[in-house]
Amino acid sequence: MSELLIKNGFVFDPLQGIKGDRMDIAIKDGKIVETNTLSSPSVIDAAGMTVMAGGVDVHSHVVGPKVNVGRLFRPEDKLFKSPFKTCNRMEMGFSVPSTFKTGYDYARMGYSFVNEAAMPPLHSPHVHEEIRDTPIIDNAAMPVFGNNWFTLEYLKNNEIENNAAYTAWLLRATRGFAIKVVNPGGTEAWGWGLNCDNIHDPVPYFDITPAKIITGLIETNEFLGLPHSVHLHCNNLGNPGNYTDTLDSLRLAEGYTPKNNFGRDQVMHITHVQFSSYGGDSWKNIDSQAKTIMDYVNSHDNITVDMGQVTLDETTTMTADGPFEHHLQSLNNLKWVNTDVALETAAGVVPYVYSPNVKVSTIQWAIGLEIALYSNDLMRTFITTDHPNAGPFTRYPRVIKWLMSRAARDETMKTFKWLNRTIESTTIDSIDRELTLYEIAQMTRAGPAKALGISNTYGGLAPGMDGNVAIYALNPENMPSNPDMIESAFSRCAYLVKDGIVAVKGGEIVAEPPKRTVWVDVKVPENAQVQRDIYEHFLRHYSVGVENYQLFDEHLHNPRVIEVDTTQ
Amino acid sequence: MAKKITLNMITQRSVEEGVGIVKGKMTPDYFEACSIIEMHDDDVKALGLVPNQLVRVTSECGDVIVKAVKGRQALYPGLAFIPQGVYANQIVPARTQATGEPQYSGFPVTVEPAPVGERRKSTLELVQRAVGMWKGDQ
Amino acid sequence: MAKKIENVGCPFCGVCCDDLVVTVSDDGKKILEVENACIIGSTVFHRAMEDRHALPRLRQPDGTYKEISYDEAIDYTAKVLQKAKKPLIYGFGSTNCEGMAAAAKVAEKAGAVIDNCASICHGSSFLAIFDNGYPSCTLGETKNRADVIVYWGANPAHAHPRHMSRYSIFPRGFFTGKGHKGRKIIVIDPRHTDTAQVADIHLQVKQGHDYDLFDAFRTVLRGHDIPDEVAGVKKEKIVEAVEILKKARFGTIFYGMGLCHSDGRNHNVDIAISLTRDLNDFTKWTIMAMRGHYNITGPGAVWSWQYGFPYCLDLTKRDIAHMNPGETSSVDLAMRDEVDAFINIGTDAAAHFPIEPVKHLRKHPWITIDPHPTMATEISDLHIPVGIVGVEVPGIVYRMDNVPIQYRKVIDAPDGVLNDEELFERIYQRLCELEAEDAAKTPAKTTPEGVRAGE
Repeated sequence: MSELLIKNGFVFDPLQGIKGDRMDIAIKDGKIVETNTLSSPSVIDAAGMTVMAGGVDVHSHVVGPKVNVGRLFRPEDKLFKSPFKTCNRMEMGFSVPSTFKTGYDYARMGYSFVNEAAMPPLHSPHVHEEIRDTPIIDNAAMPVFGNNWFTLEYLKNNEIENNAAYTAWLLRATRGFAIKVVNPGGTEAWGWGLNCDNIHDPVPYFDITPAKIITGLIETNEFLGLPHSVHLHCNNLGNPGNYTDTLDSLRLAEGYTPKNNFGRDQVMHITHVQFSSYGGDSWKNIDSQAKTIMDYVNSHDNITVDMGQVTLDETTTMTADGPFEHHLQSLNNLKWVNTDVALETAAGVVPYVYSPNVKVSTIQWAIGLEIALYSNDLMRTFITTDHPNAGPFTRYPRVIKWLMSRAARDETMKTFKWLNRTIESTTIDSIDRELTLYEIAQMTRAGPAKALGISNTYGGLAPGMDGNVAIYALNPENMPSNPDMIESAFSRCAYLVKDGIVAVKGGEIVAEPPKRTVWVDVKVPENAQVQRDIYEHFLRHYSVGVENYQLFDEHLHNPRVIEVDTTQ
Repeated sequence: MAKKITLNMITQRSVEEGVGIVKGKMTPDYFEACSIIEMHDDDVKALGLVPNQLVRVTSECGDVIVKAVKGRQALYPGLAFIPQGVYANQIVPARTQATGEPQYSGFPVTVEPAPVGERRKSTLELVQRAVGMWKGDQ
Repeated sequence: MAKKIENVGCPFCGVCCDDLVVTVSDDGKKILEVENACIIGSTVFHRAMEDRHALPRLRQPDGTYKEISYDEAIDYTAKVLQKAKKPLIYGFGSTNCEGMAAAAKVAEKAGAVIDNCASICHGSSFLAIFDNGYPSCTLGETKNRADVIVYWGANPAHAHPRHMSRYSIFPRGFFTGKGHKGRKIIVIDPRHTDTAQVADIHLQVKQGHDYDLFDAFRTVLRGHDIPDEVAGVKKEKIVEAVEILKKARFGTIFYGMGLCHSDGRNHNVDIAISLTRDLNDFTKWTIMAMRGHYNITGPGAVWSWQYGFPYCLDLTKRDIAHMNPGETSSVDLAMRDEVDAFINIGTDAAAHFPIEPVKHLRKHPWITIDPHPTMATEISDLHIPVGIVGVEVPGIVYRMDNVPIQYRKVIDAPDGVLNDEELFERIYQRLCELEAEDAAKTPAKTTPEGVRAGE
């Protein structure tokens, strides 16, 4: 079938330790192969360009009910902000783009895999409908567990095995990928308009602490041996002084080691850690504790983090952290959507403007960059904007520019109204570090793929892996003096090859190869008690029948199953 | 002199109308469910109506003949109700206050006893006649 | 041997009961019995087999209908769409999301306006949500937690018959083991409706004055005084009601057409949302629109993820979508004579629009896509029959709380009848063919770099 040879590029593949060597990449029938196996390939001349695996996003809100309400309730996010149609379908929206624009823009940036950050299990058919309409990129979606009544009840009674059986059932029912935990316990408390202020504050009625939920889920995750680890959005997120709560959460992972067959080395992923690294005790004296957090992360290799970089845009915040969004609307008085989801979770959505004229915004900007710049191991520190919370994913190239160029950071800081206050409250001005292309490849491909447990398929260029290759018009031997050129190169890749098919050429979409839904199917022993509990809760407390709750096969699109067998 | 009063009209769903639409808008069920008006007893008295008498209801944009019935769901004097659907929509003003939604509830109508010889028309006659497609008379 | 199909979703109202049991004949062609449904839902299933057509029907010069093939009907529809400057595709209350997605593809290709029944129903709610948000929950939350329920301008006893028993007033949930006894019910409506019969408090608001009453609620909630009577309701009653709202552990305000169809429209909903926001400073409150048809929430979801707008989408500009209710809403477009072709799908515009816009729309080609004859089919140029979603066609629908429910098929559609998705996919293909034919005739504009030709 089809053969493709990408010749003479500077290849960066941290999974194989390839650091910009000039070499060829061969693809046959959608997979990377040894170059000598091709007979008459079409050729892409990548001379003078940077070649990486297709990008892998560890955490982005791209499909599902809260993303969609973000689209629905913000017509102003479309007005004068949508590009004219150049592809098969219209592309609408800026901070919360339409599914089509999401797929096209990720492809233009050279990405091939995006992990949806939070799927409310009850809404899984909606998530899969949107995945169907998101072109080109492969998707997985993480169901949320941290406030699920089954989980709370099992973990309160230390029933890890039962919780594991339920987790396996729910992953299958929703065709989900991993265990997502958002403000554990706090979102259930929000059912009564309350919150859990720290990890030792027990959940109303359920009488279990967030700390116990987190450790119980880590134990569940490693009991099952899932590809990805527990993926945690910390308690007390977004508040001044919360770094101590974050450290408390991080310490919960001590003593746990990963058990899996997927090459994953961490037991806990802390997501958008920027939002959880604040010192001070009010918005007046908030300061950066990024160094404290990263000192801890650097010395504990069973942790991974992603940035959650503030991009200084008008955006739309959305999270399963219901009480946080309620707090946010009381600060900015903008429109507020809330959806409490029975027995499972909640969600809130509030528009937000991160402005260079606002001190807190610029401090947040600095904290995010410090997270990456203080990291000793960029295989464990990933680029995200917690899209669209801290900014849209389409700003990743700008984040890369800031990370690769002190001059670019200085240029941005010049626009800050409260520059001195920002410099006083952070250490950003004392950091000269500029990341390399290899480190960017770690943060955007190799690292996230490894953390997600999919590095045998995504995030690298070794033979046997998916034929996903991004080529950027950047010459590592002659990097542009103007850092804006870095941003534009990463915004519109020269080529994206997806499964061996050229999907993007010269920054434009030229084809839409079929996309996949990646999910994890865990085989566990029969568990009569869990079956009975599921039956009871659905009979008495759910609002849909258990037969209708579980995703029908016809609503799962082009699946790729990762199988885990715990019965062996 | 024929009596005539002005009322405030609302048109909304009734369960009978719901059953009627799924049975079909050309069925007797739908006809009986929708070609009616409910008013407060005071207004019925003011018009001097006997039970189930036909009345003509006229709004700013049309009129319709319906049957005055005593409903289960009490209104206050001055308020009148016709179930949503073909009959109500002969008189619902299309003005939307720039929202897209017509004035289905809260528009002034006059109600008077129907002239002798007037009848409730079928749904088909009302709609086809409105667009010039009614051939039933010939 | 008849067989029982369980967990069947009901294709009538936005309550989307998914616990129906339908008994069908052995050959899978007849519905024999329907259990658990309300009177309307059960009628939907029983009437499914009656009064059906297996072929499209085209209006003849003498006013009668003549049967034609699906191919001919698809060709006719594609040509109408192609020829029209501003065609309108409207309806979608009664089809699945797969059909809505396919229809949007057709609308985008043809450069049409695409709109759904929310336009004349809960469209005002969208306008209010754009301005003020929507603090809501799923219906299971209400069932498990709520101790105070408000129905404002809504009459579920008639419009959503099982709403009160499944989700709000009567069910025993996790934290609500006492069911009805543990709940306070407040109904606000100008009529003493059948819903008001089960209320602890009925406030008979003066029609069209809901905004005033909401304002009074907010004022009292904030600790200020109000006049002795507001919107026809005595001060003591308002104060009493507000106290109940304030003391709730968890409350839900369900509101309906009483707000959206009356003077004020979106402003009534806007202040209802503001009241809900205010109440969240005291305790937990949520609000929910009583969406009418079983999948009228669907197009708002599908088109939001496809275009970012829930309704009134003007795709005629071809490069970006545009939405401006009042301008791009179906009734207003019709009244201004702006549309020059009309496709009515999964609704009956001829019955449910005021008659004036129907007259305007009828000046141009009118195509109706519906399983059954309706008022619209009786004035159409073309009627294309389709399978009934939830009876003959499976698919995803969105309940009034935005929860997706997977609907099943219980019997076969009449032989040869397409479903909405298949029909729109074929119209799309035909449009592509016509476009290609046109392009061949006129040595044309070059396709811009990067555009992918065809499907």
